[in-house]
Amino acid sequence: MFDKLKKSFGKKETKPVESEVKYEEGQVSVKPTNKPKIGYIHLSGCTGDAMSLTENYDILSTLLSDMVDIVYGQTLVDKWIHGTYAEEMPHMDLCLIEGSVCLQDEHSLNEVQEARKHSDLICAFGSCAMTGCFTRFAHGGQQAQPKHESFVPVSDLVKVDLALPGCPVSPEMIAKAVVALINSDMDYLQPALNLASCNLACGCDVKTNITNKSLCTGCGTCALACPTRAMTMVEGRPECNKDRCIKCGSCYVHCPRSWFPYERIQKEFDL
Amino acid sequence: MEFGQEFGKYKQVVCARATDKKIQDVAQDGGIVTALFSYALDEGIIEGAVVAGPSDEPWVPKPVVATTTDELIAAAGTKYTHSPNVWALKEAVRQAGIEKVGTVGTPCQIMGIRKMQVYPFSTRFVADKLKLLIGIFCMENFPMASIETFTAEKMGLDINDITKMDIGKGKFFAETADDNHGISLKETHGYEQAGCNVCPDYVAEFADVATGSVGSPDGWSTVFTRTDGGESIFNAAVSAGLIETKEFDDSVKPGLGLLSKLAKGKKDKNKKEAENRMKMGLPVPFDKYYEY
Repeated sequence: MFDKLKKSFGKKETKPVESEVKYEEGQVSVKPTNKPKIGYIHLSGCTGDAMSLTENYDILSTLLSDMVDIVYGQTLVDKWIHGTYAEEMPHMDLCLIEGSVCLQDEHSLNEVQEARKHSDLICAFGSCAMTGCFTRFAHGGQQAQPKHESFVPVSDLVKVDLALPGCPVSPEMIAKAVVALINSDMDYLQPALNLASCNLACGCDVKTNITNKSLCTGCGTCALACPTRAMTMVEGRPECNKDRCIKCGSCYVHCPRSWFPYERIQKEFDL
Repeated sequence: MEFGQEFGKYKQVVCARATDKKIQDVAQDGGIVTALFSYALDEGIIEGAVVAGPSDEPWVPKPVVATTTDELIAAAGTKYTHSPNVWALKEAVRQAGIEKVGTVGTPCQIMGIRKMQVYPFSTRFVADKLKLLIGIFCMENFPMASIETFTAEKMGLDINDITKMDIGKGKFFAETADDNHGISLKETHGYEQAGCNVCPDYVAEFADVATGSVGSPDGWSTVFTRTDGGESIFNAAVSAGLIETKEFDDSVKPGLGLLSKLAKGKKDKNKKEAENRMKMGLPVPFDKYYEY
C-alpha cells in the first residue's frame, strides 16, 4: 500500500524534506527565545485532544506564534524521530503525550522513553494517555496490526508529571492549563499534578469513591461531565451504564466531592 | 449587626419578593428565582433556564429547560428531593443549543458547576454558556423514599394529596386541600441523605445570587447578590419593577440573626461529622470551608 502511495506522489520527496529541516533549524538558531518549548507526541488515540487544542481559535495563533515554541511533534511541526526527518529529540519544557502506549509497538515504546529523557515535564494529554480510556477495550487480532493488543497509560511506563483527563480534554481546559504554565501558576495546575499517577478510571469510581463513601448529594455534575452519556442519575444517584463507559475518568474528576478547588473558585469569581 | 463569613462573600443582602401576582401565587416564598429568570429571559440575558420542574410522579422533580415565563411558573416552588439540574445543563447546551443558560441549584450543585468552570476538563464549551447561577439556601436534601416515608407514616398523608411542602420555623409542613400539617424537624432528622452531613454551605456561597426564606417574613425571601453579574441582573430586575426589596433593618423579622445562626450551625455540626469521618479514615473533600 505504501509503495502505491509513494508512486502516486512521486519519489522525489526526500530532498525537499532535508532542505526544510535545515530551514527550521536555521530559524530556531536565528531567533532564540525563552518561550516554553513544547512537544506533542501522538500515540494510540484518535487525535481528539489535538483537535481540541486547535479549537482555541481565538488564542491559537497568538499561542503558537508568541507564547510557546512547539519544538517537536509529528502533526504540529512535522518533526519526529521515526519520520523522514530523523534526528534527535530536542529538549522540551513540556511534552504533551496524547494516546495510550501500545506495548507491541516499538516506536511508541521508544518515543515515550526518549520523551522522558528530553522533557522537564510530561503531561498525559487526554484520557487515553492518562488512563488508557477506550483503548483499554482493545484486544488485538484486528487489521492493520493483529498483534497490537496491549494499550497502557503513559504512567505505566514512564513517570508522568501532570495529567489532563477528558475525552477529549476540553479546548478551554487546554487553554487554561497552557496559560497557567506560561505564568508558572503551579497552584492552578496542582490538581493536574495530583492526577499524574492515576492510571485507572471507570464510571464506577463515583460509586466506589463517592456514593460508597457517603459523599454523594445527587448534584448531577458527573452525568454532565460524561462524554458518552454512560452516566445518568437514578433516584438522585449516579448510575453508570458499563456498556457505554469508556473509562475516561471525567465523572470522578469533575465530582465536587472528589476534590474541591475552594480557593481557586474564590479567586476566579471574586467570591 | 455584624456578620462573619458564615454568609460567604456578598455584595448586598436584602429582603425581596416578586411583584407579579402570577408569580406570587405559585412561589415558595418571595418568588425570586422565577422572577429573576423571567426577567433574564425577557431581556435576553439568558435564552433558557434549567429549573426543577414537575415529572410524571408527584413531588419528584425533573430538570426542565424553561425558555418562557409560563414554563418557569409551571416549575415554581421548592421540591425537597433531587433534581440533577447540573446534568441537564448538557441538554440545554447541546440539544436545545442554548447559548446563554441560567440555572438554579442547591449549594452542592453550585459547587459542582463552579468546579467545572474553573477546571472544565471534559465539558467542552459548557462553562462559557453559563450566565446566571441562582443558589438556594439548603440545610439538607431527602431521598424521595424518605419523604414518602415520613409524610405517610409520620403525618398520615397520601403523597398525591399534598399541594405544597415547606420547611420553616423548625418544622416540615405539608399542605393539603383542607389543612396544613406540620411535624418537627426532629422527626425528619435522620431521613436526610448522608452526603449532606458534611456539607459546609447553607447559603449557596458560590452562586451569583443566593436566595431562601430564612431571615425574611412570610411571602418574602432573603437575597444575597454575590458576583458582579448577579448583582447587576438583580438590580436591573428591581429597577424594572419585577422585584421589590426592603432593607434588613430591625423591623424585619426574624432577620439575619436567625440566618446567621443556621448557617453557622450547619458548618459547626457538619465540621464535627467531617472530623468523625476522617478519624475513621473516610475521605471528606472540604477543610477551610467550615470556617467562618
